[in-house]
Amino acid sequence: MVDLITPPPAVLDEGHHEHEGHGEHHGPTGILKWMTSTDHKVIGLSYTVTSVVMLVIGGLFAEIIRAQLASPNGTLVSLAQYNELFTMHGSVMIYLFAGPFAFGGLANIIVPIQIGAPDMAFPRLNALSYWLYLMGSITMLMGFFTAGGAANFGWVAYAPLSNSINTPGAGADLWIGGLLLTGFSAIFTGVNLTATIFYLRAPGMTMFRMPIFTWNMLVTAILILLAFPVLTAGLIMLYCDRHFGTHIFSVAGGGVPVLWQHIFWFWGHPEVYILALPFFGMATEIIAVFSKKPVFGYKSMVFATLSIGALSLGVWAHHMFTTGVVLLPFFSFMSLMIAVPTGIKIFNWIGTMWRGDLWLSTAMLMALGFLFTFLIGGLTGIYLASPPLDFFTHDTYFVVAHFHSIVMALVLAGMGGLYYWGPKFTGYLLNEKFGKVQFWFLFIGTQVFTFPQYILGLDGMPRRIAIYPHSPQWKTLNDWSTFGAILVGISMIVFVVNVGYSWKKYPAGDNPWDAQTLEWFTTSPPPHHNFYRLPQIRSERPTWDYNHPEHRSLAHGTGGTGSHHEPPLANAVVGVLEHDQDHDA
Amino acid sequence: MRVEAKILLSLGAFFGVMCAVYWKWSLEDAGGVMMFAGMLLCFLPGSYYFWWSRRMKARPEDDPNATQSEGAGVVGSFPGSSIFPFTLGMGAFFVVLALVFGIWFLVPGLGLAAWALFGATAEGRRGGHV
Repeated sequence: MVDLITPPPAVLDEGHHEHEGHGEHHGPTGILKWMTSTDHKVIGLSYTVTSVVMLVIGGLFAEIIRAQLASPNGTLVSLAQYNELFTMHGSVMIYLFAGPFAFGGLANIIVPIQIGAPDMAFPRLNALSYWLYLMGSITMLMGFFTAGGAANFGWVAYAPLSNSINTPGAGADLWIGGLLLTGFSAIFTGVNLTATIFYLRAPGMTMFRMPIFTWNMLVTAILILLAFPVLTAGLIMLYCDRHFGTHIFSVAGGGVPVLWQHIFWFWGHPEVYILALPFFGMATEIIAVFSKKPVFGYKSMVFATLSIGALSLGVWAHHMFTTGVVLLPFFSFMSLMIAVPTGIKIFNWIGTMWRGDLWLSTAMLMALGFLFTFLIGGLTGIYLASPPLDFFTHDTYFVVAHFHSIVMALVLAGMGGLYYWGPKFTGYLLNEKFGKVQFWFLFIGTQVFTFPQYILGLDGMPRRIAIYPHSPQWKTLNDWSTFGAILVGISMIVFVVNVGYSWKKYPAGDNPWDAQTLEWFTTSPPPHHNFYRLPQIRSERPTWDYNHPEHRSLAHGTGGTGSHHEPPLANAVVGVLEHDQDHDA
Repeated sequence: MRVEAKILLSLGAFFGVMCAVYWKWSLEDAGGVMMFAGMLLCFLPGSYYFWWSRRMKARPEDDPNATQSEGAGVVGSFPGSSIFPFTLGMGAFFVVLALVFGIWFLVPGLGLAAWALFGATAEGRRGGHV
């Protein structure tokens, strides 16, 4: 095998001729390419498209729910259908959209390129993750086509409501089965991301030079590995309770129903951070690039992420304050502690923008919208961490509004991520005018639909109800909330129109945003194994250093001098990849 | 390698402390066991990385002054494409359907999984794609 060849592009060409049948020009095309590809960019794009479809499906459920609640005695859906709708809305959004969009979609595409890797560490496992995710999603949604309807016990499936007497039927079993498949897909992605980040970094890309997005994905991956096996085990126990006559979660046989809540939330709260951390990472990258500054407080950002990850394992029972059997002071204290690293992050985001050269592109607006909306959701979360306030607001619309502020902030950041990184993996920019229209609909819609819910919750309106008492104030507030949900729906339509309108219209070039991290050094879309050449990596923003030698970053972790001695790219070469075909040689 | 080891070991140590405080204070077993397992899950790979980090010289990606030429050479073995993840995914899908609709779904499910097992193994030896 050849070690070093210059100029680098020749290396790969030679490789192609040596190993006939390999590479993007020789591999299968069309639907077969989509089915057999082990390229992380193709898999990541499949993940992204599938999860956006799930966002649309979950969003349709939400619109039906809000239409039902627009009047006190709504008759749009029956009470049973309403139970199915809110269950599947939560399940689709949490299990099938938010997580897979972040760690299967954008992270899958971006993380290997950000650290200078040719692919994910286990490409076949990566493809398997996608198929498990897709089939799991289909399994879960198949419930709507069964006689008993889809699962209807809420996305948390509390025992004893979820046992075979209270929730008979195939819908609930399909929910469990779909969740088993997507759970394994998440675990495999977690393994893959951790191994990629630990073993496939480019030379000079030390841990403390990795972009914040990659750091956040590392912590997310570790949290996936800690949390998801617990959920999978819990689901198997639930299935055994339903069908094999065990009594793990039923009092009748000596079991403990609240054990399900412990297991579920021991996965469920880390899951909140599994959902949130990737989007924090996206917002960090976007804010830094569009402020033309390095990330403010890089190391504190990393340690804040790690502390959020560490604390998240010790806060699960703050979802269970009202059960009366949990240790209130411990969980209240730990939950309040999470506000500290989160506060550091918000401080750093503002610090990054401070005196920066702001470019209010769509991606940046989305990130700013994220910052504002997330702050509201985070602050109301601090209220809920206090047991007396939680007793008052538990299972009311206040909680609904709190987590919808959080997740809508994540949707804003995710849309920002699509506008920011989409050009990298598609090669084409999206229209900025449509993008800004979409932003304002999404941002204003989010505030309009969450704010009335906060008031409704403080007023005592319980969640998961299809009809509510006649009261002029509740009706008005619910109408506003429905109006906001319609605005959010319009923003999604604008997004789809934008994708159609901008289809292959605005070629992006390698680095349309004058960005900082390694993924913008390669072409858009990147070649089969991502890089023809790599710059010298001397800081956490190698592309910026290469493009702006006069404004080089201060190097992280170089121990003082020795970082700026040679010009970047002086010895740029690429590693030659050994392909499977070489094995018989 | 050292930073990776330190991250996992310190996460594990934190979970250990948290587990001890929680279990002693609450006397609730489910959470205590799960946090203890979380600690082990961090210590296991963490101590492996730590053991190696003291015995190997720094890799190019751990060296802040590495040049790109140090990373040249064989990075790893990456398949061009493979049908077997799809086959195995479909197999898993049918196995899950067997949990819901009837045991006979296990026949295509386990069949596809076995085909994927043999196919992927053969493919790994042979190289090539599809």
